[in-house]
Amino acid sequence: MDGSKGFEDALTGEQKIRNFNINFGPQHPAAHGVLRMVLELDGEIVERADPHIGLLHRGTEKLMESRTYLQNLPYLDRLDYVAPMNQEHAWCMAIEKLTGTQVPRRASLIRVLYSEIGRILNHLLNVTTQAMDVGALTPPLWGFEEREKLMVFYERACGARLHAAYFRPGGVHQDLPDDLIDDIEEWCGTFPAVLDDIDELLTENRIFKQRNADIGVISEQEILDWGFSGVMVRGSGLAWDLRRSQPYECYNEFDFQIPVGKNGDCYDRYLCRMAEMRESLKIMLQCLEKLRVEKGDVLARGKLTPPKRGDMKTSMESLIHHFKLYTEGFHVPAGEVYAAVEAPKGEFGVYMVSDGTNKPYRAKLRAPGFPHLQAMDHVSKGHQLADVAAIIGTMDIVFGEIDR
Amino acid sequence: MTEALQELGAHIEAKRADCVLGWAVTLDELTIDVAPANLVDFVDFLRTDATCRFSTLVDITAIDHPAREVRFDVVYHFLSMYQNQRVRLRVAAREEDMVPSIVSVHPSANWFEREVYDMFGILFSGHPDLRRLLTDYGFRGHPLRKDFPTTGYTEVRYDETQKRVVYEPVNLTQEYRQFDFMSPWEGAEYILPGDEKEGTA
Repeated sequence: MDGSKGFEDALTGEQKIRNFNINFGPQHPAAHGVLRMVLELDGEIVERADPHIGLLHRGTEKLMESRTYLQNLPYLDRLDYVAPMNQEHAWCMAIEKLTGTQVPRRASLIRVLYSEIGRILNHLLNVTTQAMDVGALTPPLWGFEEREKLMVFYERACGARLHAAYFRPGGVHQDLPDDLIDDIEEWCGTFPAVLDDIDELLTENRIFKQRNADIGVISEQEILDWGFSGVMVRGSGLAWDLRRSQPYECYNEFDFQIPVGKNGDCYDRYLCRMAEMRESLKIMLQCLEKLRVEKGDVLARGKLTPPKRGDMKTSMESLIHHFKLYTEGFHVPAGEVYAAVEAPKGEFGVYMVSDGTNKPYRAKLRAPGFPHLQAMDHVSKGHQLADVAAIIGTMDIVFGEIDR
Repeated sequence: MTEALQELGAHIEAKRADCVLGWAVTLDELTIDVAPANLVDFVDFLRTDATCRFSTLVDITAIDHPAREVRFDVVYHFLSMYQNQRVRLRVAAREEDMVPSIVSVHPSANWFEREVYDMFGILFSGHPDLRRLLTDYGFRGHPLRKDFPTTGYTEVRYDETQKRVVYEPVNLTQEYRQFDFMSPWEGAEYILPGDEKEGTA
């Protein structure tokens, strides 16, 4: 049907049929950012998918080599901008591991609280926009309302709605006011109803199920071959969660379940995310309870952290330390370290090589979305073109972290 | 944790003495130095051996040490979801060396190796499709090498008269603001004014 021979109706058997290449993105609304994907289609069936990434490449890792450890921290917010604090967490943990810093307990609790807020932020965005990709318009409107409230909590803790720079090596930047803790608790009371609404709208929705069930099925072997993590693993029935298997911060003292799927398709991953939000809510409530009792400093005072404001008014040493910290920065002992957190999208890791100066010699950011998107060719092969949007949605692709 | 890793390191060394150049446990992390020639075989061993089962490739990256004769370190991170352990492999490579690709063992190495090639210019032998990944189409140079300037060499803008995007050499309107606040008492290597006279008098 390529038309090169003119119109020869009688010779249908002789007509050449060739595959059709299309560009999916970089402006496609379902591409979740700037993904250009070259799709080879046989009719409506995807034969090959070649994602071209890097359209949002900002050279974060190169920039980090010429900035101090503290100056680099805000770059982490700009990776996965849907759940910024979870990234900062990995960066701080890498530095703390190299310097051997112990985080105060209250700071640790605040970190857990805000990591879980980040997880809900992320899952709300992902679940609802994935629903939009497969044709539902209402969920994002409902979900974003709650995201807005959560971002206000971000703002009240650190002054920024998105690019928080709140987690610092050695703790968190500021203490939480008491009324914020009350307000978060109140929100935790109202949120399950919203979640139920979204649940009711999607879970048994016929169109939603038709578009997601049995699409993008992932087996255990594929998880290993393609380096998946996070919900992509749990959706297929493996209860792998770094918060449980390699506990960091103070996650081991919280009571929460790890939801797993059964079939490993897009629908199970959706269910996992919904259940994870409820589990996050549980962790948050336990956190708030502990925060009410646990008072104290939120920064491990020392070389890594600024002195108290009051000390700076009376002590010359503190003043010098403050000045040197924010100009020269602190020094990190030479060595290499890999620190990983269970970010909402999967395992987010920071591999840091230090040469003993105030700047990282090399910092590699391991984004969970990177291997997920890489497997796009493998997962989408044999699916309909329309399913590509559903699969991209369920992989939870955000280009900030993939392109870095 | 550390004892378990010590044991694991000893086990791996005993089983594959031909591949392991050395190993160490620092900060609760096991690092193994591997000779590039046996890499694929060794990675496959790590994946299948019952006490290792490092079946998930977490990350591949490289480090540039321009002063060293063997310039690059290619670093592999593996995770075992079954044994709940991690391992790091380090392979040293000269600028002109080819590192064997592990795509045949871990398909997920594909993009990681493409990224390392893109960023450092290290070639991987046996890679099915070694194209650039993150940089622009037609980009030149390897940005994460230490001798590549942070500003890059070219910049892009839309030209109103030619009605297209044009590439031009970088033209900075002010000097790139890279401040060195290293304390002169703690290892900065610049010479303080006056110090150059030291020894002449």
